[in-house]
Amino acid sequence: MLISEQKPLEEILNYLDGEKNIFLIGCKGCAEGFQSGGEKQVLEMSSTLEEQGKSVVGFSLIDMVCNETLTRMKLKVHKRETEAADSILVLTCGIGVQTVAEVVNKVVHPGCNTLSSGGAHAEWKEAERCLECGDCVLEFTGGICPIARCSKHLLNGPCGGSQDGKCEVNADIPCAWQLIIERLTELGQLDRLEKLVPPKNWNVSLIAGLPVKR
Amino acid sequence: MVTGEVGPPKGVAIQEMLESAKLYKGRVIAVNVTDQQSAVMRLGSLAVCHLLRDMEIEPIFQVTCRDRNRIAVQSDLLSAYVLGIENVLCLTGDYVTLGDHPQAKPVFDLDSVSLLQAAVQLQQGKDLAGKELDGIPKFFLGATVTPGANPLEPQIIKMEKKVKAGAQFFQTQAVYEPKKFEEFMGAVKHLNVPVLAGIILLKSAGMARFMNKNVAGVHVPDDLIEEMEKTENRVDKSIEIAARLINELKGLCQGIHIMPIGWEKRVPAVLDAAEL
Repeated sequence: MLISEQKPLEEILNYLDGEKNIFLIGCKGCAEGFQSGGEKQVLEMSSTLEEQGKSVVGFSLIDMVCNETLTRMKLKVHKRETEAADSILVLTCGIGVQTVAEVVNKVVHPGCNTLSSGGAHAEWKEAERCLECGDCVLEFTGGICPIARCSKHLLNGPCGGSQDGKCEVNADIPCAWQLIIERLTELGQLDRLEKLVPPKNWNVSLIAGLPVKR
Repeated sequence: MVTGEVGPPKGVAIQEMLESAKLYKGRVIAVNVTDQQSAVMRLGSLAVCHLLRDMEIEPIFQVTCRDRNRIAVQSDLLSAYVLGIENVLCLTGDYVTLGDHPQAKPVFDLDSVSLLQAAVQLQQGKDLAGKELDGIPKFFLGATVTPGANPLEPQIIKMEKKVKAGAQFFQTQAVYEPKKFEEFMGAVKHLNVPVLAGIILLKSAGMARFMNKNVAGVHVPDDLIEEMEKTENRVDKSIEIAARLINELKGLCQGIHIMPIGWEKRVPAVLDAAEL
């Protein structure tokens, strides 16, 4: 069970600033279990956003958003809605957010912070995707995680060791920032990188002990 | 405007380094002191900056994010200031596995951009936690950029962020292709920030090939490698090439940053040859 909790509403609304049409995604797996992004939370979020003057153009509840094939398949049905949306708000763990970013060519906002893997691994096995840092930064990085995928956890762009799209640590490792820049370019959102990202709050990843009991 | 560089020794035998540093006196405006260059454990940059200051050489304190978290790095910045060191070059730092203690735990709590921001915040009288400082430091903040990076655009995006974060000057990774460098300078003209082009003295053709293979963003073109290969006097050739590069580069930017990497003693000859 990946343990996640919803980000503060204010933070989510900040992410959606300037956008009108939003598509919502929730997860019937862990996020349902932890009440951070299950059916109830998606419906609540939908009415909250409507109250805030947004238009929720559709939503999808997927059994395990981290299952790339399943998510791809489920979202095909919603193709028209996701295309009409300005962005997609994903109420899942960090892996789910990255799965959606991988399968839909749209701006993706993380709606939750992932606190722990809860002793389980998600379905997307290709590579380690989420370090459960508790302060999700996928908003700034086109849905590609610089904490899990950049050797130096950099938040403000590639280091000088990035060459030909590869990491200085090992030429077999793709430079996460190269992937991020390619993705943001594809989305026409490269200006997102202009923002100076402040030092990360590591406090939430340092809470002692095993999975947080809820 | 020319800056030089010294690398602290691995150990406490400082005499040779200080002799090298003396050669810079009166010839360059400031001397960088590397911070555990290439992630190899050495004598600290801050201590050596202090020694240079005592010799009336203006030091540039290189600070990486690899080995210190935000508590240690802010403290080191304050320490630098009270020792009379105000020039700080903010770097991310090479990854630990590239150095001689590959088992070490990498830190990277801040990155080069947030390190610049931290220094700016200290200058405004507050630390990163927002707490007031008792006595406020002042810095002259620098950063680095790799003009030969492929692709270049991400480096430029980051350079823009560094300027926004507070970088007042840039020193570049080694440049061997003036044409490419000219294009780079064209692309960053709008930033209006002084750029010092990096010069690494080529010691041999082998070194050039090694850098091409292992140092990101450094490319020594074949004709320079061939020149080094064919020469009967590597030292003279190296000085000649460096002087030629300096002369081609100096009109394109605001200064030159010389990184002799062990050949500090040749720097005066390079500057003579380049008529600087």
